[in-house]
Amino acid sequence: MTQYSIQNTKDSKLKTEEMVLNMGPQHPSTHGVLRLELQIDGEIIIDVVPHIGYLHRCFEKHCEAMTYPQIIPYTDRMDYLASMYNEFGYALAMERLMKIEVPERVEYIRVIMGELQRIASHLVALGTYGADIGAFTPFLFCFRDRERILHLFEITCGARLLYNYIWIGGLSHDLHPDFIRLTKEFIKDFRPNVKELNELLSYNRIFIERTANVGILPIETAINYGVTGPNLRASGLKWDLRRDDPYSAYHKFDYEIPVGSGEKGKTGDCWDRYYVRVLEMEESLKIIEQAIDTIPDGDVSSAIPKRVKPPEGQIYTRVENPRGELGYFIISDGSLNPARVKVRAPSFVTMQVFPELCKGFMVADVVAILGSVDIVLGEIDR
Amino acid sequence: MKTAEEIFNQLKEKFGSSIIELKTDKPVEPFIVVHPLEIDKICLFLRDDKELLFDSLMNLSGVDDANGTKVKDDKGLETINGGTLSVYYHLESTKLRHKLTLKTSADREKPEVVTVTESWKGADWHEREAYDMYGIIFLNHPDLRRILMPYDWEYGFPLRKDYKNPEFYQGMKVPY
Repeated sequence: MTQYSIQNTKDSKLKTEEMVLNMGPQHPSTHGVLRLELQIDGEIIIDVVPHIGYLHRCFEKHCEAMTYPQIIPYTDRMDYLASMYNEFGYALAMERLMKIEVPERVEYIRVIMGELQRIASHLVALGTYGADIGAFTPFLFCFRDRERILHLFEITCGARLLYNYIWIGGLSHDLHPDFIRLTKEFIKDFRPNVKELNELLSYNRIFIERTANVGILPIETAINYGVTGPNLRASGLKWDLRRDDPYSAYHKFDYEIPVGSGEKGKTGDCWDRYYVRVLEMEESLKIIEQAIDTIPDGDVSSAIPKRVKPPEGQIYTRVENPRGELGYFIISDGSLNPARVKVRAPSFVTMQVFPELCKGFMVADVVAILGSVDIVLGEIDR
Repeated sequence: MKTAEEIFNQLKEKFGSSIIELKTDKPVEPFIVVHPLEIDKICLFLRDDKELLFDSLMNLSGVDDANGTKVKDDKGLETINGGTLSVYYHLESTKLRHKLTLKTSADREKPEVVTVTESWKGADWHEREAYDMYGIIFLNHPDLRRILMPYDWEYGFPLRKDYKNPEFYQGMKVPY
């Protein structure tokens, strides 16, 4: 579909009138509770005003009343599709604040869990994106594969979605004896499935028609708004915190950083944002393979502090969450409770740039653009 | 790549008394304290200077310093008088790969800070959140409304340390 200039309709002799259309809060393609106030001229979007806050739970206020380890289960509930990574970021911030050295085995397990979580999260993003646009089969295929990963998490820590697995200084459990074998089997089965997904959806003619050249995000706009993660990489900037601000054990592994190239349309369109995620899943598989082959032995709970009482100070730590830069800004006043915990949620920033992407496109494209930026409302509203 | 100290000296030369101090006492990350009504010009300079190029705002967070005098009423609820509210800015350059933290503080009774939306559009919602949670007024902000709390929330700013729950919200008892 093409981007329409609003001026063209204004010049014609037909009289048009602008109107306001509400999309949401209850709408299947808003991926949660989000209200979009669309200002439209006929079918063309003039402006979009997002209204958020329907899932606001005052996470940051809760944190101030709790001890540091008690916060971990709450971080799970922010980005509920990538809980492992939320814990990862929080634990990392606390370890840097308290200067805790984490055993190497813990680092490796965290990387494996983080990358499995990235694949699971991307599978939901890709599957629901297909469903948004009208292809229902890929949705079922993606969820079938995601189920395997959730099973791996379940045998590791007992929970499928909200784990409380990564603790400050360590992990709650070591790996299950079957974990390595099952993960290897999963990788072996999953590679052909990615090819299948490409045939089903990525290179499907109708899908390309709906997504190529739609919702283009120029790179300067993306940086100025602070957009990160796959959405930024789809616009063509090779920027990945795993490489550019290394943390944990990522520097030990070999992997590529896929960027959008405008293969089907312009660089930074919906198709690019979609396809970067497909490529990222394969890179994650590479990391997991290397990590399980070289994982060292050791105790996963030896560095867990008995009493978490960080010194006075403040720290900003960020990790590459499946959706972009997840930052934790923690201020400690030297007591058992934090004085301030602020979460810089990647989807919060992405949502901000959303009106820019929609201007000049059709109402039907709003659904395609919203699916392609992959937001989680639990994280936006916190 | 420049260290916080080099950037501090450069800013001090250009802006003089608007740049207040450089804090480096550990384990604090080094940050530069600046004047709340000059922050917009400083940020524009930081963004555009060829040796700095801070093109991205990673994070902006409001903070209640809770450093005023604390008064307890007969119910045991605390009110804070005086002191400051602060805003932290975490900047980053994607081209030169360096980072910087700025801090600015304003009086609790009149918390006014100039907006940095001119430098980074992404600051818009972060500033709205800081307003929503702490009541920090961002001067010249294009659209300063509540963002996470309901638009009709009249019971103060929830993340302030002396925030008190209202007894009723739209006829519902709080906490119920």
